[in-house]
Formats: sequence, structure tokens, C-alpha cells
Amino acid sequence: MNGESVVVQANQLSVYYGTTQVISDVNLNVASSKITAIIGPSGSGKSTLLRCFNRMNDLIPNFRMSGQVLFEGHDLYAPDVDPTTIRYQIGMVFQRPNPFPKSIFDNVAFGPRINGFRGDLQNLVEESLRRAALFDEVKDRLKSSALALSGGQQQRLCIARALAVSPRVILMDEPCSSLDPLATLAIEELMRELSEDYSIVIVTHNMQQAARVSDFTAFLMGDERRVAELIEFNETRQMFTNPADERTEAYITGRFG
Amino acid sequence: MEPGYQHFQRSMALRKWKGRMFHLICMLAILLVLLVLATLLYNIIEQGWHRINWDFLTGFPSRKPERAGIYGALIGSVYVISIASVTSFLLGVGAAVYLEEYATRGWFVKSVHINISNLAGVPSVVYGLLGLEIFARTLGLGDSLLAGGFTMGLLILPIVIIASEEALRAVPPSIREGAFALGASRWQTIWHLVLPQAFPSILTGVILAISRAIGEAAPLIVLGALAFVPFAPDGLLSQFTVLPIQIFSWISRPQAEFHEVAAAAIMVLLVVLLSMNAVAVLLRLKFQKRSDI
Repeated sequence: MNGESVVVQANQLSVYYGTTQVISDVNLNVASSKITAIIGPSGSGKSTLLRCFNRMNDLIPNFRMSGQVLFEGHDLYAPDVDPTTIRYQIGMVFQRPNPFPKSIFDNVAFGPRINGFRGDLQNLVEESLRRAALFDEVKDRLKSSALALSGGQQQRLCIARALAVSPRVILMDEPCSSLDPLATLAIEELMRELSEDYSIVIVTHNMQQAARVSDFTAFLMGDERRVAELIEFNETRQMFTNPADERTEAYITGRFG
Repeated sequence: MEPGYQHFQRSMALRKWKGRMFHLICMLAILLVLLVLATLLYNIIEQGWHRINWDFLTGFPSRKPERAGIYGALIGSVYVISIASVTSFLLGVGAAVYLEEYATRGWFVKSVHINISNLAGVPSVVYGLLGLEIFARTLGLGDSLLAGGFTMGLLILPIVIIASEEALRAVPPSIREGAFALGASRWQTIWHLVLPQAFPSILTGVILAISRAIGEAAPLIVLGALAFVPFAPDGLLSQFTVLPIQIFSWISRPQAEFHEVAAAAIMVLLVVLLSMNAVAVLLRLKFQKRSDI
């Protein structure tokens, strides 16, 4: 990661649920305005790692971590940091589209409203929908229910919703896993466009997707105790053409996982 | 042919016969229930129908059955139920939100849950004793409407809490996650997303609870509600009676004419119950439509 500016940095990050360790000593840098993919077999702690970056794991009662996560150089887990102020700077898109049971407009407007936005809401909503490549499809029915949209449209709405609060980083937790190939393609194209302005971290178990969209790839894998470690972290091209670790090679060539 | 085929004994005729029998038994069960209900309604309407008129609705109890009316009891019932539903709604939803959205799961929440379920099964007379001690004596409300309404509110509180908790639990966690991920606080998430989603089901729970309370006489008798009230309550601290008490006092008289009056009062009670349910159902439909938008 030579000379890239780093936006999120994990140092010796370990995660425990109660007394069970799930992630061990991960060191990872998320480059600014790039797409970083986290890949690995099922149950290798990819989502858990991702959720450390916007403190969503705080909502799990027996979650505990050691190490550090820095966001633009500041410790995310410092005692005086309020998790809610983190979460609008580091947005998140979930595995299954989860639009609110409100109108399309109100879905996008929700974040700005609760965060005390005082500008031109109409304009912000339209701009966010445009950036999420959804505006043209929904511009005539902004007042109708978001639940009537197709799965792919719902997911782009969730992206628009995240964009509306002006995050600097967007975390995506397997954003295409419940979508068909065409909708997946649309989201992937959108991610490429968004990466010009936002830093994106995407968890995926689809290696082709990681290879297609990401600039950097992190490969996580559980050891014999099922504690996940970062096996390899490199530029995506490098990783997929000439992996340094034989376990990475075994995984990306489809020999397990 | 697959191995082991000969070990199956397939008797389709028997299986079909069993299926038909079960179907029949279930049908008989529902017919029996409907029959009981119809008989009940028929008896009441047959006895009470000719007693329903304007004087009956606006009159007060009397020693002469032909002059007896239910105005005082009707107004008393409406007051008590209104006070009870407002207090139990506020307390019940508050408690449910705390238990579901704030409290961390542990032995405390578990034991509170068990206790609430038990309270829902406590005989209503016991609530009457509780109300007598707390509201009538300690708070000095005496045998007033307020004491009666609060006691009824306590009686249905466990039902409201349980129903509200279930309603909150039915709101998908992904909705909460989506809100938190946008920087919403817990309060904003609950107020703007979770409660509006859960509200229709909460309202259903409150309807069920009210339907129970409106027929209760025992706790109010313990509290000291009167059986003979020749006036309508004129304020929250007024003495009162309610329809079930009035009905009970008429039925326990020897004259057949009073039984007719009681039957007519039961019809009024049923109408009050149904119209309160209807209001709640309409409210529910309205909120459901709004949250779908």
C-alpha cells in the first residue's frame, strides 16, 4: 500500500464473543477512495471484522475486542467517542436489503432528518438517488412505498440512504448475495463509480466479485480452533495472479471453501 | 424397485378415513361453539329486546323494574374503561419498550417476564384488593371513578405488556440495524421506526385487554363501587357503578321483570364492547395503511 492515504486502520485487532475468540490479531489498512474486499470461507469472521469498523458490534451484548481501529487517525473505540457519531461518517449496506417501511423519499430522508439536516432536503434526496443510480427508475413515485421495489432497487435505495448522510467510508456486507446476476452487475458498476468519492470496504464470498471490483483484497481464514486470522492482504491483481500464501492460492483456485 | 419396499403397508383407505374423521370432529367443535353462542344471544335478545328504549338508556335504577334505567352504569363503564385503557397503554407500552429495546437479557428480565405472565393469570378480585389498598386508602381516592379506572388499568396491564412485547419483537431487527447504521440514536430508532411498525399490533392487544376489563365486576365491588347509583358520575372523583355490577344486582333479584331489565343491560354492554372494538380496529387499519406508505 505504497503512498496510499489510509482512512481506516486496524491494529492487532482481536474480537471475542464472551470467552470465545473469533478474530485474532488482524492488521489491515483501508485505502482512501479505493475498494477493499474482504474474502474468506463461511464463518471466517468477515462480517464481524467489517462491523468493528462502524461499531455495529457494540449492539451485541457480550462483544469484546482488543487492539485498535483508527478512523482518519482517531481511535474509534476511545472512551469519549459516541458510536452514533461514527455511524453516519462510516455508512453501512447490509446483506439483505432493509428499506424502512416508508416511502422511497422518506427512506433517503431519514438519515438527514435524524442528523439535523437543515438544507434543501428535496435536492439532497434526489442527488443521493442519482448517485445510487436509482433516480430515473423511481423519480415518478418518490411517495410510494419502498417495499414495492425489486430486490436490486431496494439495495440501491439502501445505498442512496447511506449516501444521504455524507459518509466518508461505506461498508458493504455481502451486498449482492440476495440479488440476481443483473442486479449484482448494477451494484458492482455503482461501486466502481462511488469509489471515486468514497472509500469502500466490501465483504464478499464471491471471489470473482472481489477480483472484478476491488483494488485491494484481504483474505481471512479460521485456524483449527476456528479463530479467524488475516492470511494475506495485498493488491487484488497481485493476490489473484500471484498469491504469496499457499492457503490463499488454494482458496482462490477453489480447492476449498 | 427400491430395497425395503415390501416392508411398507400402505392402506390409503384407512388414512383417508382418519383424515375425514378428523375434519368432521373439528367441524363439530366449531358448530358446538357457535350453537352455544347463538343460544346465549337468542336468550338475551328475546328477554331484553322489548325493554330497550330511550328511557331505559337515559334512566336511573329504580325499585320498579318498568322504570329502571342504566344511564349511570353506562357512563360509569365508559369512564372506567377509558381511564383503564389510557393508563395501561402508557405504562404497558413503556414497560414493554424497556424490556425489549433497552434491558440486556439476563436473569432480571427473565424473572420479570415470568412474573408478568403470572400476573396475567391472577384472579381479578386480587386486583380489587390491591386497588383498595393503594388507590382507595393510601392515595385517598376512595370509591371514586379514578380509583376504579386505575384498578382496572392494573388488571389489564400484564396483557398489554405481553402484547406490546410481542409486537415489538415482530419488528425485524434489520430495521433497527439500518437506522443505527445511519447514526440514529436508540430513541430515534424506537420513536420513528419501531413503534410505528408495532403500533397496530399493540392496539390489537389493548383491544383484547379492554374486552376483558369491560365485563369485570369483582375488583370494583371490592373497591366499593355501588350497586344503586341514581346519578351519573360528574367528575373523576365521583362515586360510580358499572354495567356488570348493575346487571349482577338486577339478576340477583327475585322478580322476573328485573331479569328482563338485566338482559337489556347485557345487550347494551355488548354494543358498547363491539363499538369500542370497532373504533380500535379502524384506528389499526388507519395506522397500518400509513406505515405501508
